[in-house]
Amino acid sequence: MAGETLTPVVRLVSVSRRFGDVRAVDDVSLDILDGEFFSLLGPSGSGKTTCLRLIAGFDRPTSGRIELHGVPAERLPPYERDVNTVFQDYALFPHMTVGQNVAYGLVIRKVPRAERERRVAEMLDLVRLPGVAARRPAQLSGGQRQRVALARALVNRPRVLLLDEPLGALDLKLRQQMQIELKAIQERLGITFVHVTHDQEEALAMSDRLAVFREGRVEQVGPPAEVYERPATPFVADFVGISNLVEGAAAAALTGSPAPFTVRPEKIRILDPGSPAPEGSCSARGRIREVVYLGSHTRYTVALDPGALLTVVEPNRDATAQDAQAARGRDVVLAWPRARNRPVGPAR
Amino acid sequence: MRSRRRAFATFFFLRPRLALLALIAPPLLWLGVVYLGSLFSLLVQSLFHLDGFTGRVVRRVSLATYGDLFTRANMDIVVRTATMAAAVTVATALLAFPPAYYMARYAPPKIKAALALGILLPLWSSYLVRVYSWKLILAREGVVSWFVERARLTWLLDALLGLPGIGGPSLSVSAIGTFLAFVYVWLPYMILPVAAALERVPPSLLEASSDLGARPAQTFRRVTLPLAFPGLVAGSIFTFSLTLGDYITPQYVANSQFIGNVVYESQGVANNIPFAAAFSVVPIGIMAI
Repeated sequence: MAGETLTPVVRLVSVSRRFGDVRAVDDVSLDILDGEFFSLLGPSGSGKTTCLRLIAGFDRPTSGRIELHGVPAERLPPYERDVNTVFQDYALFPHMTVGQNVAYGLVIRKVPRAERERRVAEMLDLVRLPGVAARRPAQLSGGQRQRVALARALVNRPRVLLLDEPLGALDLKLRQQMQIELKAIQERLGITFVHVTHDQEEALAMSDRLAVFREGRVEQVGPPAEVYERPATPFVADFVGISNLVEGAAAAALTGSPAPFTVRPEKIRILDPGSPAPEGSCSARGRIREVVYLGSHTRYTVALDPGALLTVVEPNRDATAQDAQAARGRDVVLAWPRARNRPVGPAR
Repeated sequence: MRSRRRAFATFFFLRPRLALLALIAPPLLWLGVVYLGSLFSLLVQSLFHLDGFTGRVVRRVSLATYGDLFTRANMDIVVRTATMAAAVTVATALLAFPPAYYMARYAPPKIKAALALGILLPLWSSYLVRVYSWKLILAREGVVSWFVERARLTWLLDALLGLPGIGGPSLSVSAIGTFLAFVYVWLPYMILPVAAALERVPPSLLEASSDLGARPAQTFRRVTLPLAFPGLVAGSIFTFSLTLGDYITPQYVANSQFIGNVVYESQGVANNIPFAAAFSVVPIGIMAI
């Protein structure tokens, strides 16, 4: 999908947005390709939403350039940009029915009534909400309002859809279901989705590529697998999934070099003390400090003798909650393939 | 002592309906007895009539007083008052919207507080004083005339005052002057409800409208205005009914009588309470419509 055409549909070049002394977005450059599902991932206050607002045109950059479809856009008002937004609070017009909400963009564009009605019905079908057109937004559930907001943003057939934490207010089950549906809708329509989220699982599940934000800057851009398996910085390693950062003396004891590296908790195996570590692995003795039983798996915190605290996740294939709890305080050996170590740059 | 207070609190905690009743009983009694009671007594009074010879009130139910109401002169007063109230309402709505919008959408908290205070501050001074000062401002020797003279626009003012119906010998004794004074005194009652209504409109709704292709004017007409409508209605009820019932402004800054003046004079000067009551029912009727 991403490789067919290499036209960036959204291009940010050295974009900054300052609010007084605060650099909400600090020298960000991004190319978002036609037809890809692109996520802006980061903790709250990292500049991802400001970035989205700059693309939508609700805010203007302090410096830098924004191009939409190859045309400079930083001076265009939102109503002249071929992008539409799904708002975090949905922003449905309370004084209109669901049908009027979805039709709004078409009414503004003076689309004839018959076509308008056809397209509204088509959109409500697409988001699987047929037959609610006559209702008011206040009469719908959160998940339904979310779908209406999606239909309203898609009815203008934009080439880029911006989504500002669209699933943030939904409960876990509904969120997972909507992740799949959003992705399916994106693939069916073939348009670009730019999706803001602080939920790394959501970003990994849905995106073709993602950008990890921290304090207004982009730390890493890449496909989910690459960002997860080869985090560029300790921050990315820590924010995307759980990660163990090993540095200094502990790193030297395990690999022979003090260069910092990270290793994912699910790559590490817990062995009985004295058992031999497999060929080509890092291993060290330690003691289990904390045990958190999570149903499908258990999270252990292990203090290694060379002086590092590692998190280890093991699936509970045979182990019961009692078994897991009983492991607290036990002496163990941790081992993982040396190839799973990911060198990271120094923390900035 | 402590335990008795706890028992008291627990008693009401377990009986929320009783607690609610205890809270609303006093205002309910006030509204029911004092307010509705006097309104009822007003209606009853309007059904009596004055004996033309003795000057005494005849306590017998009839519609005779209402018959007196439908004379040419009285109907003129009703129409004049209602027209003035409508004009004042429209003018205050137009004037109130920009400051209300600024307060609700752009003003930082400190400026917002200062503006709210600025709008309310005139209400702390006597209404009579404010109306009287308008009489002085608008008088032939007043500051407006002086300014108009300096700007060499006297011909314009004279043309304005020459207009039939709304003109007069000077601004302070013309319908234009009455209108200006009314707009001034009732403006706060329009700004505050409109600002409160606009404040409840989330900014994201305006962004959503813009995002979907609406130019600012379209957003205003299709989103802002409909959502501010409840505030405009509340403000209009204030300004319209206050203008309808007022007798002080028309007494100082006007050349013709309004409903309020007639009511005031009927009961204060002519001692014709049934007629005053009947005329008081007119604004109630207009508001009901």
